[in-house]
Amino acid sequence: MSPSVDWAALLPQIFLGGGSLVMLTLGTLVRKRAPWWLPNVLGIGLTLAAFGSVVWQWVRVQDPSRGAFSTIAGTVQIDGFAVFLSGVVVIAALLALVFAPFSIRRAGLPPEEFSVLLLLSAAGGVTLASANDLIVLFLGLEVLSIAAYVLAALDLRRAGSQEAGLKYFVLGAFASAFFLYGAALIYGAAGSTKLDSVAAALAAGAGSNARGMLLAGFALLLVGLFFKVAAVPFHAWTPDVYEGAPSPAVAYMAAGVKAAGFAALLRLFAGTFSASSADWRPAVAVVAVITVLAGSALGVISGDVRRLLAYSSIGHAGFILVGLESAGANGTSASLLYLGVYAFMALGSFAVVMVMGRDASGSQPLAAYDGLARRSPWLALGFTLLLLAQAGLPFTTGFWAKFEVIGAAVQSRTYWLAAVSMLGAVVAAFVYLRLVVRMYLVRPGADGDALASQKSGVGLADDSRSGDEDSDSRPPVAVPRSVGFVVAVCAAVTLFFGVWPAPLLNLAGDATLAVLGG
Amino acid sequence: MALAELIWVVPLAPLVGVAALTLFGRRLGEPRSGQLATAAVGISFAASLVVLGGLLSLDGHERSVVVKLFSWVPIGDFSADLGFLVDPLSVTMILFITGVSALIHVYSIAYMHGDENYPRFFLYLNLFVFSMLLLVLGDNLLVTFLGWEGVGACSYLLISFWYGEEANAVAGKKAFITNRVGDFGFLLAMFFAFGAYGTLSYAGILEGHAANSTATAILLCLMLGAAGKSAQFPLYVWLPDAMAGPTPVSALIHAATMVTSGVYLLVRFSPLLEESSPWLGDVITGVALATAALAATIALAASDIKKVLAYSTISQLGFMFAAVGAGAYTAAIFHMVTHAFFKALLFLAAGSVIHGMGGQQDIRRYGGLARLMPVTTLTFGVGWLAIAGVPPFSGFWSKDEILAGAWGYNKVIWALLLLAALLTALYMSRLMFLTFFGERRWNADEADPHESPRLMTIPLIALAALAATAGVLNLPFSHGVEFLGRWLEPSLGHHSAEPGFGGGTKWVLAAAAIVAAAAGLLAAWAIYLRGRVPPEKIERRVFARAWGYDDAVSNFVGGPGKGLFSALARFDASVVDGAVKQVAALPRRAGGLLRRVQNGLVRRYALALAAGAVALMIYFLVRAGL
Repeated sequence: MSPSVDWAALLPQIFLGGGSLVMLTLGTLVRKRAPWWLPNVLGIGLTLAAFGSVVWQWVRVQDPSRGAFSTIAGTVQIDGFAVFLSGVVVIAALLALVFAPFSIRRAGLPPEEFSVLLLLSAAGGVTLASANDLIVLFLGLEVLSIAAYVLAALDLRRAGSQEAGLKYFVLGAFASAFFLYGAALIYGAAGSTKLDSVAAALAAGAGSNARGMLLAGFALLLVGLFFKVAAVPFHAWTPDVYEGAPSPAVAYMAAGVKAAGFAALLRLFAGTFSASSADWRPAVAVVAVITVLAGSALGVISGDVRRLLAYSSIGHAGFILVGLESAGANGTSASLLYLGVYAFMALGSFAVVMVMGRDASGSQPLAAYDGLARRSPWLALGFTLLLLAQAGLPFTTGFWAKFEVIGAAVQSRTYWLAAVSMLGAVVAAFVYLRLVVRMYLVRPGADGDALASQKSGVGLADDSRSGDEDSDSRPPVAVPRSVGFVVAVCAAVTLFFGVWPAPLLNLAGDATLAVLGG
Repeated sequence: MALAELIWVVPLAPLVGVAALTLFGRRLGEPRSGQLATAAVGISFAASLVVLGGLLSLDGHERSVVVKLFSWVPIGDFSADLGFLVDPLSVTMILFITGVSALIHVYSIAYMHGDENYPRFFLYLNLFVFSMLLLVLGDNLLVTFLGWEGVGACSYLLISFWYGEEANAVAGKKAFITNRVGDFGFLLAMFFAFGAYGTLSYAGILEGHAANSTATAILLCLMLGAAGKSAQFPLYVWLPDAMAGPTPVSALIHAATMVTSGVYLLVRFSPLLEESSPWLGDVITGVALATAALAATIALAASDIKKVLAYSTISQLGFMFAAVGAGAYTAAIFHMVTHAFFKALLFLAAGSVIHGMGGQQDIRRYGGLARLMPVTTLTFGVGWLAIAGVPPFSGFWSKDEILAGAWGYNKVIWALLLLAALLTALYMSRLMFLTFFGERRWNADEADPHESPRLMTIPLIALAALAATAGVLNLPFSHGVEFLGRWLEPSLGHHSAEPGFGGGTKWVLAAAAIVAAAAGLLAAWAIYLRGRVPPEKIERRVFARAWGYDDAVSNFVGGPGKGLFSALARFDASVVDGAVKQVAALPRRAGGLLRRVQNGLVRRYALALAAGAVALMIYFLVRAGL
């Protein structure tokens, strides 16, 4: 007997996964080589369609007379939470596709493979976000990850990119094994792979006679998912991959893959296992603290912008874990808010990093940004906004995201976690401000940190100095329209909803996790 | 109802102007960027008129509409909306703000001709109008604070608009720092208000109940904020220096609109003022009197035409604060409106003189300009008679009402205010006579005085008409013609009451005011036109040196204050910076250790992963009790 399928629930996957398969098939069948832009445009069209269906799903789910629903024998669940994170994944894929042509043309990224893999990975992410069964969850995770491994290695001309892909793959396979073993243990303890049945079994005390098996399952699932979201000490792949992989792929990984990984973490732990939150919360709290602190500390010593952003993405993962740790609806919506706003910051930042580097990937010293404000004032302004948002400055979305997760920690009375996270935020702010200082106050060629640590008399009259631009002979950075568009959109979203956070706060608050019976 | 809800158009128009000028200002160039900015403010003024019509169509007690645009920051118990409070008080404010601004924008199109940063000037001007409208329209303290900081920022930007000259940049900094002291009071008031009432909205605070002492504390803090923004003693020092900005800026920001926002804020809180401790009124009138008298004497001896007008503004603001302290709120608003007209007029006319004299601002180098600049002379003359308090010009009526309110509050205060009014007539007549009459004290080869272009004289004429006739807004003859008083009643409640004396006293007071004005005028005539008394008799050195107050502040800040500050700086360098450096250094060291793990070897990474997995496993298994 085959279960009934509500195809509307699967529309995003159909557009993303189905569309990519069609593209792949056509690509092999048609002998004539397609123009480089065609796969890109097709990909943008498909992600737009997927985004449209996500919006439609959101309207349907938020309609009080219809609400959340599940399909395919209850293995796929469409609730506010799933739709919100599907939206984040789809936006990440969309914007990455929009600014990818720069890399495709400059570094010779294969256009067709890039589009196909990105769409496939996004399809996996959407599946992960709406999975209601451990097997479907694993399926989504693997589709998401395997495509991402290849994306990391896609800059075929560079050995660094290949190395990144290989490292990511080896370690990822290792982590997937942990996850699968964990899923098996949970099945053994709860007698079902369906999340709602697991939750019901836990609530009924199923874990009590097989407590060891259940908790060991928690540990192994956490290992697998901590790896995906780059929590310390499962993060070691991140800097290498972010440095080696092509920029559009990294932007998608930071924004989309991270959101999908957290979708699994939040749905499993804040949702399904919420009955045993006393068991897993301390472990998550410790990992969150280590991640926040290590991410900030590593960012401080990093001399390379790509690695710096990689460490910063680790630090952000720590903050999102703080939201998970509070194990309540507030914490979950705070984490969702954080994932949503971070996606834009990451996409915009990596778009900037891409145009700043000559190659699609590879290292990029901090000194490349010296005096950028003189050469390309708009680019510097956009990047500054995104960096300040990552630092959590008020009037940016980053402030509200940090405010909400730390607020959730305070509400759940984990005061020490809130306090240490705030300390981490202070250290992290230093990381971003250092880059901003370099863009605005340091002349190219000068020793940046020496100058920055001097007392810089920043006053109202300082504009008058802009008259002399003798020392900088470097030309302005050429910013193609597509990249400019992405940076502008990301900066605008960051600033606009930073000044007027109410709609975002409401959106994240409406993205609730539902635990439905199949 | 429906028309009043169009209020969002009023601030939106200048905001759109700001956006357009930011994006295309350079491309539009001169004069189109100026015309665009003027059109934006013009639309805003038209929308204000529509809102006025909407409000007039309502019954008196319904004339308070809160238009909530959207929820701004909803967090837990705290929530602030971006909402506008449309009531007679705020509509009065937006009408004269947008009206006067529109005229000054027109004037600036010609005045700023040839400036290399022409589009940027209009960008700031539109941004200022937007912030000012936010300030007076906000339905809660947070929105007002947003506007409050916005107008402050625009003020600094425009004071140091010609930042190439050191003095202008220094003046901007001075304004900035002095205003921070006041803003500190505003912030404290917000925290107190939220603590006491659980809300920041005006309706919630004014209808809420809190202890008398709490209300007094909130108002004292607000008074500090108002004193900073409205240049009251002891925080007035920034305003004379603010004259470093272009003259239209002095007219708009430092005379007509921004500096009155302190008065607006206190009048907005007038119901609370009535409930607070009675000594608060004495504090406000005391500060106001000190300001009015002090500034008037300094204006008597100042020789820079804009400085004279600046001290005169401080003095007139003192009159408004005195009215607030005495409980004559209608009089305060009335004088604010008439002052906006005649002081904007005086500044713009002064700008016209400076323009004609090739940048010369020293009145000792003017004289006999009446024949050469007839329109400027005539319009300046209207402003002069209005501020001097000569009937039937507008200033007479509003000042008379303040004096009447002061009589009802405290006779001593009345007497001192009357003296300040006399001084006003004296120093303004001095300015008038020295500039436009008497002998020419300039060389024909260094200046070529000429009438200004039409774009500058038309706003002058419009403002002169308003300054001459605005008295009809609120004539004291019977309750029927007190239009402003009856119009403002719903905002002020029943508090702004009739003075407690009969019609006869009123006339005597009016006669006294006329006598004072005439005395001032005649004295100036005798001294400066007839030369009966040497000017040195009244232009005391101590006046010219602003009573030494400014110097005293500078000396203190530069002398013992500097010692204190350098001690603070040492503390900052060693303890605060030390802590910050440690915060930065510690992660550096920790990061160095962590980096050793980050060596690029997949085996090491896998080992870290496995170690983490083992640690998690051990934790969970211990927890499971195995």
